[in-house]
Amino acid sequence: MSDHNGTILSVNNLKTYFQTEDGIVKAVDGISFELKKGETLGIVGESGSGKSVTNLSVMRLIQEPPGKIVDGDIVFDGIDIRGLSIDDVRKIRGKRIAMIFQDPMTSLNPFLKISTQLMEVSRLHLGHTKKEAYVHALKMLKTVGIPDAESRIDNYPHEFSGGMRQRVMIAMALSCDPELLIADEPTTALDVTIQAQILELIKDLKERMGTSVILITHDLGVVAGMTEKIIVMYAGKVFEQALTTELFATPASPYTKGLLRSVPDPAHEQGKELYQIPGLPPDVAHLPAGCPFAERCYRVEDICRREFPPFVQITQDHHSLCHFAKEVYAESVAERAALVK
Amino acid sequence: MFSFILRRLLIIVPMALLVVTLTWVLIRLAPGNFYSSEKKLPPAIEANIKKRYGLDKPWYQQYGLVMLNIVKLDFGESLKYQGQTVNEIIGRHLPYSATMGLLAYLLALAVGLSAGIFAALRQNSLWDHGSMAIAMLGLSVPNFVLGPTLVLVFALDLYILPPARWGGIANLILPVITLSAIYCAYIARLTRAGMLEVLRSDYIRTARAKGLDEKTVLLKHALRGGIIPVVSFTGPALAGLLAGTVVVERVFSIPGLGNIFIQAVLNRDEPLVLGIVAFLSILIMIFNLAVDISYGFLDPRIRYE
Amino acid sequence: MDFWIRGSATNNQGMEAEQQKIVKGTSLWRDAWKRLLKNKLAVFGLIVLVFMVVSVTIGPPLLAWTTGLTADFIPADSDLLNSFPPSSGHLMGTDEAGRDLLARVLQGGRISLMVGIISTFVSLIVGVSYGAIAGYLGGRIDNLMMRIVDIIYAIPYILIVIVLLSVFRGPNTPHWIAWMSEKFGGAGNQGLSQIFLLFFALGLVSWLTMARVVRGQILSLKNQEFVLAAKATGVSAFGIIFKHLVPNALGPVIIYATLTVPSVMLTEAFLSYLGLGVQAPYASWGSLASDGVKNIAIFPWQLIFPGVTMALTLFSLNFLGDGIRDALDPQTRKF
Repeated sequence: MSDHNGTILSVNNLKTYFQTEDGIVKAVDGISFELKKGETLGIVGESGSGKSVTNLSVMRLIQEPPGKIVDGDIVFDGIDIRGLSIDDVRKIRGKRIAMIFQDPMTSLNPFLKISTQLMEVSRLHLGHTKKEAYVHALKMLKTVGIPDAESRIDNYPHEFSGGMRQRVMIAMALSCDPELLIADEPTTALDVTIQAQILELIKDLKERMGTSVILITHDLGVVAGMTEKIIVMYAGKVFEQALTTELFATPASPYTKGLLRSVPDPAHEQGKELYQIPGLPPDVAHLPAGCPFAERCYRVEDICRREFPPFVQITQDHHSLCHFAKEVYAESVAERAALVK
Repeated sequence: MFSFILRRLLIIVPMALLVVTLTWVLIRLAPGNFYSSEKKLPPAIEANIKKRYGLDKPWYQQYGLVMLNIVKLDFGESLKYQGQTVNEIIGRHLPYSATMGLLAYLLALAVGLSAGIFAALRQNSLWDHGSMAIAMLGLSVPNFVLGPTLVLVFALDLYILPPARWGGIANLILPVITLSAIYCAYIARLTRAGMLEVLRSDYIRTARAKGLDEKTVLLKHALRGGIIPVVSFTGPALAGLLAGTVVVERVFSIPGLGNIFIQAVLNRDEPLVLGIVAFLSILIMIFNLAVDISYGFLDPRIRYE
Repeated sequence: MDFWIRGSATNNQGMEAEQQKIVKGTSLWRDAWKRLLKNKLAVFGLIVLVFMVVSVTIGPPLLAWTTGLTADFIPADSDLLNSFPPSSGHLMGTDEAGRDLLARVLQGGRISLMVGIISTFVSLIVGVSYGAIAGYLGGRIDNLMMRIVDIIYAIPYILIVIVLLSVFRGPNTPHWIAWMSEKFGGAGNQGLSQIFLLFFALGLVSWLTMARVVRGQILSLKNQEFVLAAKATGVSAFGIIFKHLVPNALGPVIIYATLTVPSVMLTEAFLSYLGLGVQAPYASWGSLASDGVKNIAIFPWQLIFPGVTMALTLFSLNFLGDGIRDALDPQTRKF
């Protein structure tokens, strides 16, 4: 369908700012990334790092005011999303780009039946009649593994458990066979056992339907087995960008290293303290002049507090926003070598 | 559901009895009685009348009589309007108040809901601030000022509407507007707040992410949750409108129930006061029950056990 | 280097502020105050209110001193059957008895504003205590206390006001009410103590919603750790309710109280219109406006000045109340 080197979404220098009482918050400040067809991209970061805002910007779902996309390009399958009229954006939303949200408890409308909420998508985008839409909704519920879908389709959201609701959300998102699925922390609000099921479902559906996926999470464990590429975000910036295997093996950003160290390891020795990155994420409304991570960084030097770090290319697909990216990378490679030995 | 309604209906009886009891105590607490405020009657005649109303009996027998009357829904004869039963008086004056109250509430719903929804949609726009300022004005101008001002402008200056009295539809316009102003303001503010709350919720974001247009998002997804505060306001508001029309009745010379009630209280016309209080409290409780039932239609999460 | 020093200094300040917030909680109120000051309508309301309070406080003596006009002064040259429109001598005109309307509006403002303050205060005391006790005790007592509230709700408040006013009329007026009115307006003043009685009666019919609000708050607070801690250290039930629970429920109480002020003022006006409120020779904005209504077509200024003054004050109170609610409850705040 597209001849743009198989690229489905490319975001270039995206800046989304919010006007608040404390001044302008640069929630997303110059983000760039590219997603190929059928690929899965992970976006990782702490809360407030701008990962959700990035994807709401892609869907043009930023409430304006207080938010505004101030700069950058968002190109979806050759279409300039920023240049579209809101009516044309609506034709893409839910049909070609679909979204799953964090909290399935609040993301479904409590006042409407599941069937109503599912049917309105396919009636809108696929021109289904009421009957067709109902059959389609039922099919989707079965696809996402809702047991006894025939009798549950006319239930209300509160009659479903959290995991089942997230399945309904996924059914809704996939009902028009979208080219891109954005899953914004799809498992955060769920129990651990359910988390695995939902991730497995997304992975399975993606493979069957050939959908490209952006998976947003604060949990590195979630993206590990799911994605080809990962972006690590901090304070509205991309801190590191790499292929998943490379990022886990040889991170080139002190922040990523910190995140990796703070993932609990099942083999973790009892009584040994879990690692955590010291301090709190910075106040995005009042960022310091230098590196926003400087105050929390283990290898901070004067230059970090003085100058904003460069975006250093390490290998073909590996970039890191750090004054000492190469040094950190070398460190990781050495550690890796020691570990393998 | 059925047993819920039945139970709630049954509770109304003891609640109404308690309300009337408290009212009776209040009337008896106040010094003086109907006869001390009327012109002095010869003692023999007064004793005679008291006997007729059972006022010569000890207080507990009188109280028992009152309770019995309530259960029979027969409140006896008014002291002031002799020869007329309380039920007749209520039946004669209620239609005026009820017509005005109902029309006023419908008007308030129509204007208040649309103003509130538009204000929420265009939050912080000129329309939003303007309509909310007008609503605030509605809450700040006493209706005994608003009514005569409307009369002055539309009846005495422009001669387009009749200034007072009961009659055709034209006679109803000014009193209904006067009566509905404050309710209109309340509903507009409640609607706006409710809609804003809902429009910020996650499921509205989901609806937008589906590609629905704003009209569908608003009418299909947001409206139900947004107007719940208005629904809970409706019960007490309707009850208040049926009885609380006294100012409008005075301004426009309409023989409604509100004025009758105030006069009855001032005259210590005990049967009439008790009758109207019992009638209104039952009405309030029925309205509240209706509101609770309609919640169930609006919000599927509510279950009646 | 310069950057670094400044940067870390602000960071330290930020952390200190954070700690203070946890320890004292005072900056919570300062934040609310800041938010309030950003709300233009609330600030407008605040300014108008301050202006009104200052005017009614120093206005009457000032007017008497400069022009000799007081609320019940009838000039010798006045035409007893006529009312004069505004002029340089009488800025708001006169009423039918020839009394200066400005003086009466200023004097009436004292009564009207006092209705707002005293009645709200009474409803605050009764409502907060009742609601807090019901919520804290819980169980059957709570249930009973709340059913009583339901029943009082169903009785027309006007009946209660009339009964309270007639029960405590004249010689039955409680001593402390008489004492208060003496402190305010001098001894042996029957009329004034009746007005004070009205303040209390209005307060006594306005506490029901407050009681519900407070009860709800207490119910959600009473099982939290700080209450358990207080119990464990042997604080009495009274101490827990009024020292630990009520201060934590202060936000909604303040919000509701600020909205009660305009509502009781409006109720007083309504009672005055029915002839049950403030009686001659005293006046309130409500009674002046309802007097003015009678002559609306001939002497419109008799309605316009007290009516506009009152509406403007209520308008400001409502806006201020909204502003305080938005400031204390940032979740409902406008974005």
